Amino acid sequence: MATFLTRRFLASILVLLAASFIVYQLAANSGDPLEDLRASSARNKEEQMEARIRNMQLDVPSPLRYFLWLGGVLKGFIGQFDLGVDRKGQAVTTQLGAAMGSTLQLVTTALLIAIVIGVAIGITTALRQYSAYDYGVTFISFLFFSLPIFWLAVMLKQYLAIGFNDFLESPVIPPEAIIGIAVVSGFVWTIILGGEVKRRLITFAVAGAATAAALTFLSVTNWFSTPTLGPVVIAVLGAGIALLVTTLSTGLSNRRSLYTSFAVVVFLVAAYFPLQYAFAYATLPIILGLSAAVVVVGVVIGWLFAGPDRWLSARTGGITALLVGGLVLLDRFMQSWSIYANSSAIGGRPIGTIGSQTPDLGGSFWVTGIDTFTHLLLPTAALLLSSLAGYTRYSRASLLDVMNQDYIRTARAKGLSERTVVMRHAFRNALIPITTIIAFDFGAVIGGAIVTERVFGWSGMGAMFINALPLVDVNPIMGVFLVTGISAIVFNLVADLVYSALDPRIRVTA
Amino acid sequence: MTNPLGPIPGEDPDKFDTEREQQREEHASERSDSEQTENAIELKEVEGLSQGRIVFRRFLRHKGAMISLAILVVVVVLAFSSIGINVGPIVTSGWWHWGYSQIAPIVNNGEPTITLWPFSIGEHPFGQDEIGHDAFSRVMRGAQQSIMITVVIGIVATAIGVTVGALAGFYRGKLDAFLMRLTDLIIIIPLILLTAIVGKKFQDSGSFVFAIVIGLLIWTGLARLVRGEVLGLREREFVDAARVAGASNMRIIFRHILPNAVGVIIVNTTLTMAAAILLESALSFLGFGVIPPDVSLGRLITEYQTSFNTRPWLFWWPGLFIIIIALTINFIGDGLRDAFDPRQRRKLNRKATAAAAAEREKAAAKA
Repeated sequence: MATFLTRRFLASILVLLAASFIVYQLAANSGDPLEDLRASSARNKEEQMEARIRNMQLDVPSPLRYFLWLGGVLKGFIGQFDLGVDRKGQAVTTQLGAAMGSTLQLVTTALLIAIVIGVAIGITTALRQYSAYDYGVTFISFLFFSLPIFWLAVMLKQYLAIGFNDFLESPVIPPEAIIGIAVVSGFVWTIILGGEVKRRLITFAVAGAATAAALTFLSVTNWFSTPTLGPVVIAVLGAGIALLVTTLSTGLSNRRSLYTSFAVVVFLVAAYFPLQYAFAYATLPIILGLSAAVVVVGVVIGWLFAGPDRWLSARTGGITALLVGGLVLLDRFMQSWSIYANSSAIGGRPIGTIGSQTPDLGGSFWVTGIDTFTHLLLPTAALLLSSLAGYTRYSRASLLDVMNQDYIRTARAKGLSERTVVMRHAFRNALIPITTIIAFDFGAVIGGAIVTERVFGWSGMGAMFINALPLVDVNPIMGVFLVTGISAIVFNLVADLVYSALDPRIRVTA
Repeated sequence: MTNPLGPIPGEDPDKFDTEREQQREEHASERSDSEQTENAIELKEVEGLSQGRIVFRRFLRHKGAMISLAILVVVVVLAFSSIGINVGPIVTSGWWHWGYSQIAPIVNNGEPTITLWPFSIGEHPFGQDEIGHDAFSRVMRGAQQSIMITVVIGIVATAIGVTVGALAGFYRGKLDAFLMRLTDLIIIIPLILLTAIVGKKFQDSGSFVFAIVIGLLIWTGLARLVRGEVLGLREREFVDAARVAGASNMRIIFRHILPNAVGVIIVNTTLTMAAAILLESALSFLGFGVIPPDVSLGRLITEYQTSFNTRPWLFWWPGLFIIIIALTINFIGDGLRDAFDPRQRRKLNRKATAAAAAEREKAAAKA
């Protein structure tokens, strides 16, 4: 296993080295870096030219200049990492350090959410092949597949963000909108759940009524200005999560798991008020520590329920604890919402459309957290929607392939429940090709991020690249390339690890 | 959709009419029974047809693909006939009364004059921009450029991808290792970075050269797929037969192996083209694609992004055309994939299944 990973890693490092040479040569020869100065009529033209030639080392031919650059990179091994300077003489490493964070945050968030939602949708469509739901999702994913991401991003920015901000000025949903949304929601649920005519009618009525009631309640209580969940809602949602997780993880017939997950929910609701005191001192490490502690508690609760399959209950408990703990955290963020939305820097228009954070905002961990969220929301949505479509299609095709295998028929013939067949025999195997594609797709998502950043005016790596390229400023371009290349390698490594976890044959042969 | 209980596709279903098989059929579940019926109908339909004709007929039956093809043809004809063609020596004038760089007096405050009921096109159906350019003719010119770039990228990428994949898969050994490492090299560079750098260099040379250069860079996926196909096909008996008959390597590759890989090639060419139009518009949007005075659909979106608040329609139309072109090409690709996939069977509607079942029962009663 280790040799397999090491070999893969070394091979990709070599490929990255060669690719960096190619990119360097292409970038260095893509134009004339002195173009603007040649045409300039400034008196100190000569000096400026000389300064730039010195900064960009233009007196060295580009193939040799590459090795100067590479030397700087290799100095990283002795702790003097150096990516050269841009044409104004500023170090690329500092610029990159500032730009990298926001871009990688955007890409990783969008990618992870897209994977989870995409795989979930793909799996459900495959299980209900040729239903109205399947056809609907297929059409929508083709549509998103064909959308230019920048067009989608501009549309989201102009309509969704500005529309939602306008709505928040007086957050009352008019009755006709409630009826409209309720009808649409009833329709969507009917298509998703399917069934006989009678069942469809019931689904439509229940889903529509529930949506209308929820929206009316939210509108009347002015929820959108002062959003909150509170322990009661957390308990209700938590019970739903507990049921769902247990169904997927072990099946409802496993009583110990079911009790475990409910016990976890009860524990977290009981811990709601004590936790609020802890949250007052929140920093990122504390929150991460608390999350880990909550998961451990969930696992321990499951373990204490004992029985012949302790680990199943423990697993269920851990997952439930993580999700419900997320709800408690969300509730705490919501409590800070009105402070955030009414602060002077925001001025009641919270959904950000420019940049990756509000300058001079300040405030507690919770307020800055919301700020990051509101700025991430739209770019992530744009990136998400365009990559979601692909994952949906791939996972649908992959699960359909697996479901036709002989071992699935064997599993059914053994009398296993459909849940076990799908979740344990089919799903796991369907994930293998999806993993490969996700690792492969990382470059495309980076490309999407560059375009999205441009629309939303982020000063991330995309801006760095787009600004440097017209000026033929090679070092910033190489910096961006290096970061994307290394993160692609990391993603591939992670994919290899996941791969070997999914497919025992790899562990054996490598 | 393979059905392990049904007859193997391609074999005559009548062969299964032995006692043992009948017994097996009785034990088979109801679902597989109906699938078997479908199988029999499908086999009867394709009796005596060549592979190409079967694929073609399957494609014609794919509703989504046929509708998409019709829409795509309409868009292409509209784009190339309305404002005429101006490519090197070929110059024709179109039927539309404004040119794409002509400045017209502003009518109706620049808003679109198209109305659906009563239907009328008006003077400027898609509206006008600030200086008075007719948006329709600009979108048509943009569509022309984008379609041309897409097609050129598709052709160049397919030619290189097929050649590299076929050579690597057929000769294997050192050539294969070299070509595949080259492919790895290009794949690891994020496509948009690579094409932006190269696009910047060649954007001054016009959109045709730009398209060729981009095509030179995006063949990698196809090359890998073709190599995989060829690796499998070269071990087949008909290749040995061709070699014994004295065919040269080139003849074996191009006359015997590649025609068998045509499904993978065609499907991926269409998908590459759908990706290419999105790539072109993204590059033009970033400023590394088509540059003024010429326009492409992505270029138009960049130009009009600033006037979104005052004239949003300028922004809708080019986006709409990009979506239409990309979506129809994607659907056509999907239809082709289904048509080439031997495992795909036609889904029968309820009536046809019932009719087939009745026929079977009649036959069973007779026996």
